[in-house]
Amino acid sequence: MELMFALLIGLLTSCGVFLLLRARTFPVVVGLTLIGYAVNLFLFSMGRIDEAVPAVLGEHIDYADPLPQALVLTAIVIGFAMTAFALVLSLRAQGELDSDHVDGKGDR
Amino acid sequence: MTLALIVILPLIGSLLPLLFSNHGRSLCASMTMLAPVIGMVLLWQQAPAVFAGETLVQTWRWLDLLGLHISFRLDGLSFLFALMILGIGLLVILYARYYLAKNDPMGRFFAYLLLFMSAMLGVVLSENLLLMMFFWEMTSLSSFLLIGYWSHSTDARKGARMALAVTGAGGLALLAGVLLIGQVVGSYQLTDVLAAGDLLRGHALYPVMLILVLLGVFTKSAQFPFHFWLPHAMAAPTPVSAYLHSATMVKAGVFLLARLYPALADTDLWFYLVSSAGMATLLVGACTALFQHDLKGLLAYSTISHLGLITLLFGLNTPLAAVAAVFHIINHATFKASLFMAAGIIDHETGTRDMRRINGLLRFMPHTATLAMVAASAMAGVPLLNGFLSKEMFFSETLEQHMLGSFSWLIPLGATLGGVFSVAYSLRFIHDVFFNGKPVNLPKYPPHEPPRYMKVPVEILVAMCLMVGLAPGLTVAGLLSVAAQATVGGALPEYSLAIWHGFNLPLMMSFVALVVGVLVYAARAPLFAWYERQRELDAKLVFERMIQSMVRGAGQFTLMLENASLQRYLTFLLGSALVVSGYWLFKLPSLRGDVAMSPIDGTSLAVTLIMAVAALATVFWHRQRLVSLTMLSVVGLGVVLAFARFAAPDLALTQISVEVVTIVLLMLSLFFLPARTPRESSLLRRGRDLLLALMSGLLVAALAFAVMTRPYDSIAGFFLENSLSGGGGTNVVNVILVDFRGFDTLGEITVLAVAAIGIYALIDGLRLRLPGGDSLGKPWATRSEQLMLVNLSRVLLPLALLISVFIFLRGHNLPGGGFIAGLITAVALILQYVASGEEWTSERWPVNYHYLAASGVLIAAATGAGSWLFGYPFLTSAFDHFYIPLVGDIELATAMLFDLGVYLTVVGATLLILANLGKLSKVPLRRGDF
Repeated sequence: MELMFALLIGLLTSCGVFLLLRARTFPVVVGLTLIGYAVNLFLFSMGRIDEAVPAVLGEHIDYADPLPQALVLTAIVIGFAMTAFALVLSLRAQGELDSDHVDGKGDR
Repeated sequence: MTLALIVILPLIGSLLPLLFSNHGRSLCASMTMLAPVIGMVLLWQQAPAVFAGETLVQTWRWLDLLGLHISFRLDGLSFLFALMILGIGLLVILYARYYLAKNDPMGRFFAYLLLFMSAMLGVVLSENLLLMMFFWEMTSLSSFLLIGYWSHSTDARKGARMALAVTGAGGLALLAGVLLIGQVVGSYQLTDVLAAGDLLRGHALYPVMLILVLLGVFTKSAQFPFHFWLPHAMAAPTPVSAYLHSATMVKAGVFLLARLYPALADTDLWFYLVSSAGMATLLVGACTALFQHDLKGLLAYSTISHLGLITLLFGLNTPLAAVAAVFHIINHATFKASLFMAAGIIDHETGTRDMRRINGLLRFMPHTATLAMVAASAMAGVPLLNGFLSKEMFFSETLEQHMLGSFSWLIPLGATLGGVFSVAYSLRFIHDVFFNGKPVNLPKYPPHEPPRYMKVPVEILVAMCLMVGLAPGLTVAGLLSVAAQATVGGALPEYSLAIWHGFNLPLMMSFVALVVGVLVYAARAPLFAWYERQRELDAKLVFERMIQSMVRGAGQFTLMLENASLQRYLTFLLGSALVVSGYWLFKLPSLRGDVAMSPIDGTSLAVTLIMAVAALATVFWHRQRLVSLTMLSVVGLGVVLAFARFAAPDLALTQISVEVVTIVLLMLSLFFLPARTPRESSLLRRGRDLLLALMSGLLVAALAFAVMTRPYDSIAGFFLENSLSGGGGTNVVNVILVDFRGFDTLGEITVLAVAAIGIYALIDGLRLRLPGGDSLGKPWATRSEQLMLVNLSRVLLPLALLISVFIFLRGHNLPGGGFIAGLITAVALILQYVASGEEWTSERWPVNYHYLAASGVLIAAATGAGSWLFGYPFLTSAFDHFYIPLVGDIELATAMLFDLGVYLTVVGATLLILANLGKLSKVPLRRGDF
């Protein structure tokens, strides 16, 4: 399971990085989102993915680590803010330069 | 205190001329003299102690760790230099009062001059080498200001820049040398450094230290091959040349040679480096000086040659030579400063400095002419003047040096040759200017004597030349002896300052120099013609070309790294991240750890495969943006499932709400952006990106795998144990967010609010071209007719809000909380915008999202600050159980108030972003569209 999870994180990273290196803004934002998924899963996996129950106190002993979860929770929300910012930035670039190239080069 | 005062007084005093610049020239100059006069008095008070051979040191400890202290030192050598700086400084101020023209800003000039004086005093009086470096750089900077004083002239600006570049670069080298010395000795205090001479000379890094220090010395004192800046610095007003370029700043280099003499000298390397640089400078300067037609140019090259002479003397490595060097420093300062002042007077009165036009001035200004002729004779080394004495000592010391074996005669020969040219150019100065027919086409005619007091400084200096030359024992002997003792750092050998030593070899050399010098001058016509035929090597052009090519090179290098291409930056960034983290990963003995892996179940496998395929599809169809977006949302849902599968319900709830918001946002933006991505990367580029992407993925996967298969040690136990007792909640994730790590969360919601405001600012005023239709050319629908969606969304709204309240309230004990509740509320409201339109929604829901987000952050911060009222640290939470009729027992915690802040911020920020973006797509309705 651990190997599969690691490979999945790696695949998401690869896809994200490839899109990040594209020349147009929209794929870059999509790539950023994919990398965001990968990073969140990676951070989450630092608390291990073995069989455990959610960290809601009750009868159990074997709780999942709540700390990475708390960190990832805020990371998800901040990641959304970042995606939104990058997206609006690209919209602004489109409005000002009439191009969606990452370097603001004209289409012609 | 006294020593520090001597250094600081001119710095404080530099304000006075600025204040008095509009109150008459004489008052302004007198005010300027105030600080140096007081400094002079303070210095004289120390004279008895100094002449008794004491070394005064005053230290205020400052940064022990760096060895940097505010520490001053006064011994014979620094006394001599301080005396020259203050004394000649005073004369120069008096002189400049008459030299400066009416429209030259006098206050500024004197302020710069005092600034420089303070820096120069700091250099010679510092006990701490780092402190000295500070003043050293300050002299470079203030001399830049002084040389560039007439900033309207191109020559002045270029000359100032060149001087700054050369001496500044030397200063850097010197700093490195000083740091090395300090490291080796273990202290930057001069007392320690001078006592550690043997340690320094024996150290393996001695050559490096020596060369670095000498670079600083040679650039500052205009030694060959760094001498070229000095003639160009002659664009400065003449008082500056008299002060900086004869008596003080250029002497800072040779001062350092003298200062560090006990620590660094007395090795073969010292001899070869210092004496050869000195000899080359002596000869180059003396030869070139003869061929200058500019009066100040002649004096500048002569200064270079005399500085070379002093350097050569220090390089000879004998105590007597050091004595001669110190003596010549004194003599050169007096005759050269007076000559510069005389040249300034001539320039002032005739309007030109060209010696081919200034002739026969004796008739017009006999007084000045007499003074200048005496000073020039001293420069030539004519007997009964001070220059003769030190030159005699110089000649006899060159005869004492036998380092070069059978070639030792080269040194006295070079010295005599230098003497020959020195006589020739001095003779030219006298004959060409004051005799040699009539003036030719002078801008100001007829020239006459300058104002009375402009001559006073020259008279004083010339009188000193004479007095020292006639009666050295009565005048200079005591000062020279203490200064030389401080230089050599011990007892001095016997020496005599007598004028007459009998007929000996040095006297012969002087005689030869005098006779041949006169002959050379007599044969000047063919020599000048020969010099004219030489291809002129203009140092300024070479320097400017060098600087320009350096700037161009730096520009090209920057462009190579920084070509404004995001793709290239990212490539560099990812590449270096790969190298840095990959390097450590390779050092692991094995990637797989000891912990056994858990088995794979069917559902997990299926979800993983779906996610993998969706991720690949996102990339594969990235040119068709809508398809790519759909695939992306599949990946996002997979992430939600992964969180749910591995015991993180809070994360799953958050992720699914964020997922909805993100996809709506991306859809909205897609309305404005092109629907397709053109293919423009080359095959090679795509191959490189693919490789980079694969490597990154591999690295992250390896890292995750390596960590996950290793034993696990977490601080989670603390949170699990204290969550209920300390935070009053059973949902540990939420308790961490709002209680244990509440400060982090406060920071995070602040970032969220800031990002939302930033996005709002970007959207504000944005004009986007609305697309006329979809990719097939069909026009967009402008009215929403989606009956089902509209009605369903309106029914859903209260239900969704109810759920979000429920999620919010239970958050402390069960999965939920402010973040998730806020996102659910936001989604419910966004649905209204999507279904019913922006106008309809904002009519019925007139909420200012700025205020909402801000009030959220404020509530959270106020909750945290509230604990101060009860004497607890920021964000301490409290909780208790209350009994409410009908509802029953209920627990209320201050953490819930904090969570409310989080909730409001999330709702406010999310809607601030989406509602404003949505407004952009509002198509102005045209008549007839209905």
